[in-house]
Amino acid sequence: MKPFTSHEGQVVPLDRVDVDTDQIIPKQFLKRIERTGYGQFLFHDWRRKEDGTPDPTFCLNRKKFKNGSILVAGKNFGCGSSREHAPWALIDHGFRVVISSSFADIFKTNCYENGLLPVELPENQTARLLTLAEEHKAFKVTVDLVAKKISDRQGWEEDFEIDPFVRDSLMEGLDRISHTMSLEEHIKNYENQLFL
Amino acid sequence: MLDKIWDRHTVHTQIDRPDLIYIDLHLLHEVTSPQAFEGLRIAKRHVRRPDLTFATVDHNLPTTDRSLPIHDDLARNQIAALQKNARDFGITLYDVDSEKQGIVHVIGPELGLTQPGMTIVCGDSHTSTHGAFGALAFGIGTSQVEHVLATQCLPMDKPKSMQIKLSGKLSKGVTAKDVILGIISRIGVDGGSGHVIEYTGETIKAFSMEERMTICNMSIEAGARAGMISPDATTISYLMNKIPLEDIEDVKSLTDSWLDLASDKECQFDSVIEIDARSLEPCVTWGTNPEMSIPITESIPNPEKATSQEAKQAMQRALSYMDLQPGVPIQNISIDRVFIGSCTNSRLSDLQAAAAILKGNKVNENVKAMVVPGSTAVKKEAEELGLDKIFVDAGFEWRESGCSMCLGMNPDILNPGERCASTSNRNFEGRQGKGGRTHLVSPETAAGAAIAGHFVDAREWID
Repeated sequence: MKPFTSHEGQVVPLDRVDVDTDQIIPKQFLKRIERTGYGQFLFHDWRRKEDGTPDPTFCLNRKKFKNGSILVAGKNFGCGSSREHAPWALIDHGFRVVISSSFADIFKTNCYENGLLPVELPENQTARLLTLAEEHKAFKVTVDLVAKKISDRQGWEEDFEIDPFVRDSLMEGLDRISHTMSLEEHIKNYENQLFL
Repeated sequence: MLDKIWDRHTVHTQIDRPDLIYIDLHLLHEVTSPQAFEGLRIAKRHVRRPDLTFATVDHNLPTTDRSLPIHDDLARNQIAALQKNARDFGITLYDVDSEKQGIVHVIGPELGLTQPGMTIVCGDSHTSTHGAFGALAFGIGTSQVEHVLATQCLPMDKPKSMQIKLSGKLSKGVTAKDVILGIISRIGVDGGSGHVIEYTGETIKAFSMEERMTICNMSIEAGARAGMISPDATTISYLMNKIPLEDIEDVKSLTDSWLDLASDKECQFDSVIEIDARSLEPCVTWGTNPEMSIPITESIPNPEKATSQEAKQAMQRALSYMDLQPGVPIQNISIDRVFIGSCTNSRLSDLQAAAAILKGNKVNENVKAMVVPGSTAVKKEAEELGLDKIFVDAGFEWRESGCSMCLGMNPDILNPGERCASTSNRNFEGRQGKGGRTHLVSPETAAGAAIAGHFVDAREWID
């Protein structure tokens, strides 16, 4: 997993609430057995009009947002299915950060596991970012995980909260399985007391 | 109950670190597991407890003749990958041709694998279903599937607890599905976020295990980490028919330990919601998430009356996708398809409830209807009771078991623009097929709608 310390990138606005993982990556793309290559399928149906041609109004299709790496969306982002293909698709498309006022639990964990940083901000702040991303030519923010701060070049700054273990894991790019395996003695003790 | 199960499964605690929780039962299916096994191979790790790990194929399996080859190359490869992984790592697989095959959340309880007090995970969000037995059961992503395969543990912070207390007797024709849809419409699709919901109260106590599974199954649609119900006599009586009693030394002490798990009367929840069950009616969703539902007696809501600009936009978007107009009574909405199935409503009692309404009736000529039993065992049992004949005589297609049109990963999908009364759990855009319009309902409402060709009040169709 790629370590995450700080990232500056352009904000892409997705002004919708309760974005579910079926929209992030529709089920027909879950039949592959690899972890990579899902970026092309990100928001597959929303990127297209009914006749299958690209919808030029959808944020990912707009030239202005082509190089965006920070997605901002409405509340409860990533609800629904547990498919980890959702963060895989976001990362593969080039996103390093997703900002929302709230995330669904499983999606949030899946992000942590893959080095995609979900940042929770108050609703008035996500609304502000959605507006600025539309107004500016290329609105950029810096997400600093070390300082737990998000800021823009105009002097705006906001703290965000994140679980200390998650923060350490993301900063180190920690292999969580290795970490659990380092607690083998405790696992063995637990099993012995349970099964003997 | 959450505290009791959590404490019993804590392997290790450390300040500023999540607890390390032991997992008693790990269920696998073909879609979310291949990358986990690939990860094990790359890191040269083995499966720590293959004896606590069970796999089946359900998500992308066709529900037509099982003796025929699977045409979809990707689906076939994914199933082949699971077969190989189960073989290589010594995991029990209930394969395509097994009598024990079925939707993972239907077979867990059916085979007696799911038991009170357990921690249960699966790479599927509807793992919350198993909480009906007083287990802590939740969905995980593929990385965590790999984590559990390798270590049988997960690092986790304890979720908060929420009590949803249902009092009063349900009126006839109001089902467990209507209850959970009613709950989600009240608390919202993120109302349970960060929480484990425990459902309590006399309404829940009166439910059978299959009804309890329907309730816990959709906890995730309220955003909850898990749903659970304290074990009681109903739980024990169900399990006595499922688990191999001859292997158990002292059945009484086992069942007593299950009953001890029940939440104590004086226990504190982080939040409490009380609902009068008598206020609930049969429900139909009108929008594109499970919160967007109304009682069958009502009309499509008006976005102008939304409480916020955000909610108004979401409603407008949903109505546009669903091609519905505000103010139209839901019973006036015609349907093209009916799907009875999914881990929410595909158990024997669901099929019996639908069959009771369909018996002697015909599916409307404008409607195409199918029923997909939750497991091969449910299918067999239903056939022994002659339910298949009732469905087929009415004009339903009687299929092999699997997830089928709940998520449309196999060939069972809606065509663009088709409107479906579905007993499944998600009405997200395109869930049952691109452009398809899903209305979530109970098996009773689905059966009535199949006959009438539009949504009906199931209370009028029940003897």
